[in-house]
Amino acid sequence: MSRPRTEAEYLARLIPPSVAGTVSRRTLFRGAMGAGAALGGATLLSACGSDSSTSSATSAASGSAAASAAGGGEVSLGSNQSDDVPKKGYQALGDAYKASTGTTVKINTVQHEAFQENINSYLQGKPDDVFTWFAGYRMRFFASKGLAGDLSDVWAQLQGYTDGFKSASTGDDGKQYFVPVSYYPWAVFYRPSVWKEKGYQVPKTLDELKTLGATMQKDGLIPIAFADKDGWPAMGTFDVLNLRINGYQFHIDLMAHKVAWDDPKVKKVFSTWAELLPLHQADPLGRTWQEAAQALQTKKAGMYLLGLFVTQQMTANLDDVDFFTFPEIDPAIGADALDAPIDGFMMAKKPKDEARAKALLTWLGSKEAADVLVKSDPTLLVANSGANVSGYTALQKKSAELVGSAKNIAQFLDRDTRPDFASTVMLPGIQAFLKNPKDIDGLCKSLEQQAKTLFV
Amino acid sequence: MTAATTQAAPTLAVPQNRRKPRPSRIALHSFLVVIALGWLFPLAWAVINAFRDYAFTSENGYVSWGGFTLTNFTAAWERANFTQHFLNSVYVTVPAVFLTLLLASGVAFVIARFTWRFNLVLLGLFTAANLLPQQSLLIPLYRLSILTPLPEFMSDSELFYDSYWVLILVNTAFQTGFCTFVLSNYMKTLPKELYEAAMVDGASVWRQYWQLTLPLCRPPLAALATLEVTWIYNEFFWATTLMRTGDKFPVTSALSNLKGEFFSDLNLLAAGSIIVAIPTLLIFFVLQKQFVAGLTMGANKG
Amino acid sequence: MAASNADTPLVTSAAPAEAGGAQRGAPRSGRVQRLKGPDRLVVLTMVMVPLVLVLGLVWLPALSTVALSFTNWDGIGGLGTIKWIGLTNYENVVTIYPPFWPALRNNLLFLGVLFLIATPLGIFLAVLLDKDLRGSRIYQTPLYMPVVLSLALVGFIWQLQFSRDFGLVNAMLQAVGQQDAASPVDWYGDPNINIWAVLIASSWRHVGYIMLLYLAGLKGVDPSLREAASMDGANEVKTFFRIVFPVLRPINIIIIVITVIEALRAYDLVWVINKGRNGLELIGALVAQNVIGEASRIGFGSALATIMLVISLVFVIFYLSTVMREEER
Repeated sequence: MSRPRTEAEYLARLIPPSVAGTVSRRTLFRGAMGAGAALGGATLLSACGSDSSTSSATSAASGSAAASAAGGGEVSLGSNQSDDVPKKGYQALGDAYKASTGTTVKINTVQHEAFQENINSYLQGKPDDVFTWFAGYRMRFFASKGLAGDLSDVWAQLQGYTDGFKSASTGDDGKQYFVPVSYYPWAVFYRPSVWKEKGYQVPKTLDELKTLGATMQKDGLIPIAFADKDGWPAMGTFDVLNLRINGYQFHIDLMAHKVAWDDPKVKKVFSTWAELLPLHQADPLGRTWQEAAQALQTKKAGMYLLGLFVTQQMTANLDDVDFFTFPEIDPAIGADALDAPIDGFMMAKKPKDEARAKALLTWLGSKEAADVLVKSDPTLLVANSGANVSGYTALQKKSAELVGSAKNIAQFLDRDTRPDFASTVMLPGIQAFLKNPKDIDGLCKSLEQQAKTLFV
Repeated sequence: MTAATTQAAPTLAVPQNRRKPRPSRIALHSFLVVIALGWLFPLAWAVINAFRDYAFTSENGYVSWGGFTLTNFTAAWERANFTQHFLNSVYVTVPAVFLTLLLASGVAFVIARFTWRFNLVLLGLFTAANLLPQQSLLIPLYRLSILTPLPEFMSDSELFYDSYWVLILVNTAFQTGFCTFVLSNYMKTLPKELYEAAMVDGASVWRQYWQLTLPLCRPPLAALATLEVTWIYNEFFWATTLMRTGDKFPVTSALSNLKGEFFSDLNLLAAGSIIVAIPTLLIFFVLQKQFVAGLTMGANKG
Repeated sequence: MAASNADTPLVTSAAPAEAGGAQRGAPRSGRVQRLKGPDRLVVLTMVMVPLVLVLGLVWLPALSTVALSFTNWDGIGGLGTIKWIGLTNYENVVTIYPPFWPALRNNLLFLGVLFLIATPLGIFLAVLLDKDLRGSRIYQTPLYMPVVLSLALVGFIWQLQFSRDFGLVNAMLQAVGQQDAASPVDWYGDPNINIWAVLIASSWRHVGYIMLLYLAGLKGVDPSLREAASMDGANEVKTFFRIVFPVLRPINIIIIVITVIEALRAYDLVWVINKGRNGLELIGALVAQNVIGEASRIGFGSALATIMLVISLVFVIFYLSTVMREEER
């Protein structure tokens, strides 16, 4: 990895590999550019249940109205945004909120990884009134354990969120516990200049992908860059293969262990993956995703399946980066599902001042907050469709369209399933698969045995 | 130190020709030189690279010479907020060492001075405590610390968790065993006549302890203090698991934060690591005798 | 400061005390009960305060861990949410938890390497340095230095050596043509060799520690023993094994215990490298993986921790019983 040449490049690299799974997926690719288009009223269905009541906010400035109702005083916000750019973004939010309502937002920033690791004790100790977290099972888990506050009345005033986002924010009991703020998609990235030169076409089916891979190998490229030293990046590959082969509903059921891990359909995912492995970069377990991205950057690899944050590693050539969604495998299922993890805020169960906390959350979910974020943190896709996204780069625009047109959105394996299952079973399990792709039966049996003990 | 006394003891069979080095001596010295250099090398390499500019090493690789600068140190100091973290280390280490020695000397005194049925049990409980694996105690300690409230002036989290107190007390509990063991051994060698005289004078147990025994225990206390400061300062397991607020982390856990931010700039990390290592290296060089004495007192009676 | 004699056992105390007792002419047992009021209070306080601390913060948690290993608690909610599941966790650990057996193997590997290579090397160096050498101190210093460094630092220092792309080892190998720059060895990432990289880093520290302890023990050996042996014509090696080694029994025991405990407790290095995965599984790291972080498999992690505890206790008890027996002599 070469020395960063500009400040932006430098900032963009401030993502530790071990943390990337969490932070990077939210934010953190540089590039404050261009004009973008708003999402439009696309419906985003999400992993969760289907509570899509229409939001009934009538006042245009719903956010600030609610906020000014509880002006002055202080509210605390626990943040895992320890890197420079997102940290500044949050500070800007706090300042804007204070300017608008007079309430000070005391932001307690904890190093990214540490925040997540200590979440259990954090929530049971004396957490901040509001804290950053992720949508999906990860959110519903804490909600169901009674560690998060009910935000249904906040949602009653939020505008600009599609049904998909609302479902993503809903707990198992039908109430909302989460206010979404940003998100990003997972897709297959490539360098158009290389593809144009070699005459490659974007593959639309699995067979086309395989053929393309073979051609790339003949041309001396690594077809698909790959890294799984930290254990989580390969989950993206599993997710997309499962979504393509077995469909969104099966994937969600599998994540909830409504289907067994030794089901033949799951084995099919692994065997398809095993077929594709020769096209992937060898020895993934010793490589971090940043290093794999460098392979793409230095034109050694042809493609890389990762989240939008991969562009952090490619800041020198951002105009020469493009992506496509993973090709379809089963024509009956198509290719309109993808992973697009959503980040946002939750409220502690017993905040020091519930009214103020809810006021802050209402404002955070508003168009005003989204505008502030877009301006001060140019590396996100904001969740609120009412935000002014004229500052979006071409890549951000395309990402927003991709997610907007997707029929089904998953949150990524480690946010869609039980955290203990994801980190102590799936992570080593997938690493074991990558070491030994031949023993699929043994692997699935082991995964199922362990799943049974956790999903009691 | 014992080494001096026994080493100087004259022996009957004096090796001939002390002046002319024998081949075996030369071989011995050469071997030791190689070993010493080999052992020193990894640390020396880290020190050298702490002084090297990252731009230089990323262009020329590490097998190169040049690119020396002091900026890594200043950058590391600021980015990792070392001032605050060193202070935190002081807040934890100094009280912990003091408390450990105080408590350990008390128990050691009782064990050494009086014969009691429970002496052996006590000694056993304390010594074994030091040897238990920390991970196996993590969960209950962490629950305990969350459940124990503290007044606000003692802890801004209002809990035992995430306060300096929890680190101080946990470290004390762990280190008391070793110190008790060493001190009791030492105190047992103090002549009983000392106490006889004191008893005749009507001195209370407390006075015997405080004015008689402790002053005489300066050597082991110094040795243990050196050791304990090093061990507690270097400790990072409890610090990372029982504390949540980044600003309160002692310096060794702060280093892992620095790693989080600058994982690719190895030179900067090397500078940060050297900064963290300096206090222990200093203590080691200045108080080497005490350090060695402390460890060996635990191993050797005396 | 009292000089030490190697032929006195590790913990003596009883002997001089008895001798002193003769002067007083009173039976030694039950002496504490003979103290009057305030003295008794002082003694009790001096014992009870540390005792409560150690019992409360070490032994009670140890027992709680054992108790928790029979539950499937996830750490959330009060103690009332705990469900007892008997030996299920242990069954799962042993039968369906893939990292367990590799971890056990790695711990045994650690034990083997430390015991058969690092510790003997430390002893050997101590013996060498025990001779009348000029500059002995200078030779000792680099060996002790790793001992005073935090393990997080040791991990980082060796990363500068072993990193695939920036490490000196690979750079040197490439410079002398033994390695292709396009396919460097991933010392930390290749599961077949990374445990050895960790063992090297760990031994770097362990050797110094052992050497230090042994050297002190050797200094305490009565020189007259050695003289007698050399007068009898025994060479150095024979002297060491026949005379010195047996006399250093207390030190030997300590060294064995320390070696075993360090092998069992090994965790810090692999944790800072990759959290104990992909070839670097160790039982201590497995406990941490399950307990720290969102995973929060408290019951399961406690079962792993109890296994660690039990193995440690076996050695601790062995050590204590040896020490106590010496004490009673």
